Amino acid sequence: MPRIGVFICHCGENISGTVDCAEVAKVSAEFPGVVHSVDYKYMCSDPGQNLIKNAIQEKKLTGVVVAACSPRMHEPTFRRACAEGGLNPFLCEMANLREHCSWVHEKLPATTEKAIDLVRIMVEKVKRNRPLFSINVPVTKTALVLGGGIAGIQAALDIANAGHKVIMVERQASIGGHMAQLSETFPTLDCSQCILTPRMVEVAQHPNITLYTYAELEKLDGFIGNFRAVIRKKAKSIDEKLCTGCGVCFQKCPNKKILSEFNTHLGTRTAIYVPFPQAVPNKPVIDREHCMYFQKGKCRICEKFCPTKAIRFDQQDELIEVNVGAVVAATGYEVKDTDFFPEYGYGKYPDIITGLQFERLASASGPTGGVIKRPSDGRIPETIAFIACAGSRDPAKGISYCSKICCMYTAKHAMLYKHKVHQGKAYVFYMDIRAGGKMYEEFVRRTIEEDEVHYVRGRVSRIYDRDGKLVVRGVDTLLNAKPIEIEADMVVLATAMVAQPDAEELAQKMKVSYDENKFLSEAHPKLRPVEMNTAGIFVAGACQAPKDIPETVAQASAAASKVAGLFSKDELSREPVVAVVSRTGPPEFSNCVGCFLCESACPYQAIEHEEIKTRDGKLIKTVAKINQGVCQGCGTCVALCRTKSIDLQGFTNEQIFAELVSL
Amino acid sequence: MKIGFYPGCSLLGSSREYNESLKAIAPAMGLEFAEVPDWNCCGATAAHSLDHQLAFALPARILALAEKAGMEELLVPCSACFSRLAATRYELQKNADLRKEIIDIIEMPYQGTVKVSNALEVLCRAAAANLNGKITKPFAHKVACYYGCYLTRPTELATCKRTEDPQEMDELMKVVGAEPIDWAFKVECCGAGLSVSRTDLVAGLSGKIIKDAVHRGAEAIVVACPMCHTNLDLRRDAIEAQSHERYSIPVLYLSQVIGLALGIDPRTLGLHRHHVPVRFPDAAPNASADSKKPELQLSGKDD
Repeated sequence: MPRIGVFICHCGENISGTVDCAEVAKVSAEFPGVVHSVDYKYMCSDPGQNLIKNAIQEKKLTGVVVAACSPRMHEPTFRRACAEGGLNPFLCEMANLREHCSWVHEKLPATTEKAIDLVRIMVEKVKRNRPLFSINVPVTKTALVLGGGIAGIQAALDIANAGHKVIMVERQASIGGHMAQLSETFPTLDCSQCILTPRMVEVAQHPNITLYTYAELEKLDGFIGNFRAVIRKKAKSIDEKLCTGCGVCFQKCPNKKILSEFNTHLGTRTAIYVPFPQAVPNKPVIDREHCMYFQKGKCRICEKFCPTKAIRFDQQDELIEVNVGAVVAATGYEVKDTDFFPEYGYGKYPDIITGLQFERLASASGPTGGVIKRPSDGRIPETIAFIACAGSRDPAKGISYCSKICCMYTAKHAMLYKHKVHQGKAYVFYMDIRAGGKMYEEFVRRTIEEDEVHYVRGRVSRIYDRDGKLVVRGVDTLLNAKPIEIEADMVVLATAMVAQPDAEELAQKMKVSYDENKFLSEAHPKLRPVEMNTAGIFVAGACQAPKDIPETVAQASAAASKVAGLFSKDELSREPVVAVVSRTGPPEFSNCVGCFLCESACPYQAIEHEEIKTRDGKLIKTVAKINQGVCQGCGTCVALCRTKSIDLQGFTNEQIFAELVSL
Repeated sequence: MKIGFYPGCSLLGSSREYNESLKAIAPAMGLEFAEVPDWNCCGATAAHSLDHQLAFALPARILALAEKAGMEELLVPCSACFSRLAATRYELQKNADLRKEIIDIIEMPYQGTVKVSNALEVLCRAAAANLNGKITKPFAHKVACYYGCYLTRPTELATCKRTEDPQEMDELMKVVGAEPIDWAFKVECCGAGLSVSRTDLVAGLSGKIIKDAVHRGAEAIVVACPMCHTNLDLRRDAIEAQSHERYSIPVLYLSQVIGLALGIDPRTLGLHRHHVPVRFPDAAPNASADSKKPELQLSGKDD
């Protein structure tokens, strides 16, 4: 026979203001199975909790209903009190008299009647509760960091320095990402490579970090603390152990006209190449699409000259399987190309370039050695126009968001240009100047006031060529709002920052959500900014939204601290509110018929196949099995199951029906 | 191919030569026109700047008449008319309430089954199917293909693919032997309906277009819109007065260029009706040798 205790809370006047709590307690005492029913001013206070604990022992309660506030508020409090009183915490239920009743109704007899109903429902439920026990899952203390840009580097170093193992996967031949391409960084103008390369080297040399470059994530499954990742190591066509990075191979490679991705197609590279001199690892890879041997079957010059015989033309892609406890997605961004802009010539003018290309022109290690030259004829531009918001904040172009970094880097570009070409004229066309950040506004003012860059507030409607000049036609919306035409030698478009082209595919591989712009979605925009809605996967940098270097680094460190927190315990404990598949004795073994409708419906990929076999290994049937580490207890599978063979612990069909019947 | 035909006011008045040339090339292009019976004004710029309902009711009546006549496709050579008819069809398709309202006004059934096509798309399609081997006098000149606004805007109605740098007319001109130039003003505003009220603005806007075309070596400007033609051709004096420059570059309808390439007599194509005479100085050695050859020396003052 059940022995249920009911505890009605006044919540000061929050509940008792409209609900007659004494009446609720009196009526509840008469419910079948209830052996104890009291009301109290603050049930969550120590004396209130003691009421519960004492009653459990004195009345030998088998279940407790606390009629008070929302379970989101105090369920843990009362479950703990029950546990301290010697009752399994999952035999305690809450009836929400505050948010569901007193706060939303006036002081009327019906309000008290509703409160009584809410208690009755919970009494019927708790009679059918079973003791449940927390689920413990072990944690693999290795983190997988996807992406070797500044976000990934920062996250990897922080996790590694906290004493945990890190596996970093980078798809390019070197880590460094976009930051390695930048010339100088706002607002301090320190050299990007100078501050980045020591970090890159640290990654390569850190004893806790395993680095896979020229590699991509092939597959990810498992759950928090227990992921299993498959990494595809693309064939570099060299033996990394033998290669010393001497560079003879790329000096001898005859195919020298391949446009360099690192130099944003403004410079060239060879078919066997390191992306840039400070690359980490500083060992070349063969780009098979451009290698004469792979395309035409002859050449092998690199092989002939390699002093350590490290060239391996027959190397294959390698699949590596690793077990990790957490994943940090730091896969970065791309920028829109100039051919995205019909009004600026669909990319047909070589002297209209993107901001990222300007970075390479301004970089001392770039294709022009830091001299600002026009790509078309190598002349130094006397007049240059910068166009902010190229694509960004333009719903007609499908990019309604602000790319966030362009205001600042455009100011920096204009400043760098003026520092390099003193007599030159620089114009910046802008919509608004968004310079929110430490020393950012001051930096923009310096560009305008000290470096005399002409800021024109207005959009550019068209750019076309006339006698070797680029005519930039726009409007100056200040100063009489007049149309304005500038004859420029070069135009730099601050093109929109967009998600990686395969961001969607990656998100699907990781089973995490992403937004309409294909940026990965954080779990909560304010309070859980680095976690994703799949437990154990974290996000850092511009793959989540456009952001600058300081913000990226901050987010990466935050993600790393979350990973370190996760790795601080050997086991993870979680609530046992998960779905279970019914099991019975032979010959049925389970009501489950193995249709696996639940598998396709589960949003968390928690359904596994379990084979029931005879002792001699003969297969009897295959049934569904729910991975308790992955299940989030949403109940979708329960609702869908055709044979009613799945139940959600703590919310069984029996309990829900009892609640409904009691009304 | 039999196709509905809506001339609108321009093709009976200021741009009769567009009408004449379209009719002249139709047989060779495999086209047969059937005029919409009892057609009315499309409303043009006046209606839609004054009365929202009228702006849809006028074109809707034309479309309803075409429907009644059993037409599947309607050729609307004037770009302004095309824009109004296409916009009406688009809006009535999207908005059921408006469709009901307009049907009540025009007191005719309306289904929206008639496809509205402009001259550029119809001629491109017909040229691909029928022109092969019929070009007897290739139009061997550098031409600036001028699309204007209505063939490329609004983007929902645009029939050209790259709306800021369309290529369709350029490709068609290559078929008839012309050499289209790459220029910057293909879709610039010519001043359009301000031709009468603000000739000064039109002179400035159209002047820029002509200047760039001439500067880049074009020998003719090819258009597909009566309004563009009026502003670039008829307003030439105002353009020259404002810019203090003289421009002899002629402005031809694309149908006239095709007609010339097909070897059709210039008068049949209405070339004599232009304000700016259609002459090509490059052809001079031939033309002076044969003074009887009248085709490209007709001035526009005799009609």
